[in-house]
Amino acid sequence: MANVSIIPSGDFKTSYGTDTTIFPTVTSRNFAILGVVLLLACPAFLDRYWLSLLIQIGYLGIAALGLNILVGFTGQISIGHSAFFGFGAFASAWLSNRWGIPVVLAIPLAGVMTTAIGLVFGMPAARLKGLYLAIATLAAQYILQDFFARADWFTGGTNGMIAEPLTLFGFAFDTDERYFYVVLVAMVIMYLLGTNLMRTRDGRALVAVRDHYLSAEIMGINLTKYRTMSFGISAFYAGIGGALYAHYLQFVSVEGFTIVFSIQFLGMIIIGGLGSIMGTLMGTAFMVLLPEVMQMASKLVSGTAIDAALNLKDNIAFLREMSVGLVIILFLVFEPDGLAHRWKQIKAYWKLYPFSH
Amino acid sequence: MTLLFQLLVNGLIVGALYGVVAMSFVLIYKASRIVNFAQGEFLLIGAWTCWWLLTSWQLPFWIGFPITLVFMLIFGVVLQVVVLRPMIGEPIISVIMVTIGLSIVFQAAMKWMFGVFAKPFPQIFASPTMDIFGLQVQTVYVVSLAISILIMAGFGWFFKYSRLGLAMRATAFDQQVAQSLGISVRQMFAMSWAISAMVSAVAGVTVGVVNGVSSALSFFGIKVFPAVILGGLDSVIGAVLGGLIVGVLENLAHYLDSQWLNWGNMYEIAPFYVLIAILMVKPYGLFGTKDIERV
Repeated sequence: MANVSIIPSGDFKTSYGTDTTIFPTVTSRNFAILGVVLLLACPAFLDRYWLSLLIQIGYLGIAALGLNILVGFTGQISIGHSAFFGFGAFASAWLSNRWGIPVVLAIPLAGVMTTAIGLVFGMPAARLKGLYLAIATLAAQYILQDFFARADWFTGGTNGMIAEPLTLFGFAFDTDERYFYVVLVAMVIMYLLGTNLMRTRDGRALVAVRDHYLSAEIMGINLTKYRTMSFGISAFYAGIGGALYAHYLQFVSVEGFTIVFSIQFLGMIIIGGLGSIMGTLMGTAFMVLLPEVMQMASKLVSGTAIDAALNLKDNIAFLREMSVGLVIILFLVFEPDGLAHRWKQIKAYWKLYPFSH
Repeated sequence: MTLLFQLLVNGLIVGALYGVVAMSFVLIYKASRIVNFAQGEFLLIGAWTCWWLLTSWQLPFWIGFPITLVFMLIFGVVLQVVVLRPMIGEPIISVIMVTIGLSIVFQAAMKWMFGVFAKPFPQIFASPTMDIFGLQVQTVYVVSLAISILIMAGFGWFFKYSRLGLAMRATAFDQQVAQSLGISVRQMFAMSWAISAMVSAVAGVTVGVVNGVSSALSFFGIKVFPAVILGGLDSVIGAVLGGLIVGVLENLAHYLDSQWLNWGNMYEIAPFYVLIAILMVKPYGLFGTKDIERV
């Protein structure tokens, strides 16, 4: 049964090994590899604008995966993810500017520093749950934001911080075409790590904590350890994502990492599907492309009655802001399991076609 | 010394308003177990509605204000029925995210309709400042303090003696038992949102009269969290106390900061440090009921 290329109609797994493969079937693995190969070829035929969108999806997707491990897999709530993202960005810039550490090393180191901060703010998480935890992370968001504005030595204060472009053996990744590969490599590594994590004992413990933490505790899972660990992992991912962001824009400003950004992260994982790794990527893509689609839609209707009625030219910014909230609400009401679930249903429909009932 | 005293008085007055908003927040939480991240937007919507009635329609305050309240009542009910009712039984994260989504939508909508700049209320009181014990206090502040106390007393009476209030308390205590006693739980949910929206609007209008109406008002909704955590999520009296403490605390922090520390921005951030500290020591807030779980 090792070489099934399509999912059989029953569950014929005979060992734990086959149940916890990274990809459920050989076909899905091949498709994933094909996807990466196609992405490798992207800079050859996509223009700079689309590349920048893909890069955005990449680094935001990494950070969002961290949040999904925390929220979707462990069932903790965090409303302060963008602060960790920002901390990673500043940490990486600071490490390379102040200490002259090469950017290639600064990015993972920034991840480690952010993990430390995440563990500090994760400490209340060991004792709190649900709403109290949500509010504690809200406080973390404001405290870190205040720290960014205050710590001139770390963030450059109101001037912001210049971040060096990533250089490897004298080759500078300073254009979109080049940086695209950096983000792609980082993303593939981080997503494989994430998928692998969920196959390990620790990953299953996280899921157990989410599903029923009392049962998990009775079965010998150390709640404090795993809740804190989950915060650490999530902060690590956010830090890596933030560091990639910093060296992409080569400038980090203090203002960006607000609660609205945190909410966008939450939006990504909800739209994509809580507790789904591929879904995280879909949700991120959705969130990044939403403003672009709205821009296009507004161009399509420009000059018509709708345009005149809404005064789109001046109000598109508000509409975009609103659409983020609206999309989150609509998804929660109509598709609480997100795009990943919808994708599964589409696959199931075609698999069973024409006898889908 | 006068500065300190002045700050303390300010803190009490603002704190009373925090208390009122926190109270309406706790009301929703107690009745329907929903943490309302859009509480600040209730203030905003109430204030803008009142502002619009007073400026565009040139209504006198004593007509415009009641209309605002009626509008908020309907608004609260509609919101609960249309958006929050389908969320009953969903996990906490979904419910929280729906209210967060609402807050984004409302905030953007308000900016769209009324612009991004703060707009002052028309003059309501004849003399802008009053002299109390040698302190210059804005009349609006005095009135707002009076209104806050009035609302708190009203809440006390409502939940202790009125039929509806008792029904709401029963619902908060145990929904199934309440239902079997003939209380419509659905109506109670809707009522709690309506009352909460109304009371928040009162606070919104008060703050709007003092500082002008702008989206900064919705920050009250965030400031409410330290207050509520101080008091415990499900304690109405705790919410009021928490509000007062936060109000005084941020002014004290501001005083310390401006006199000695010069760190800046302590006014905004101090409550959050306190919040984290309290949660580390007492995970259910100072007055909140501890969850006892049985397997």
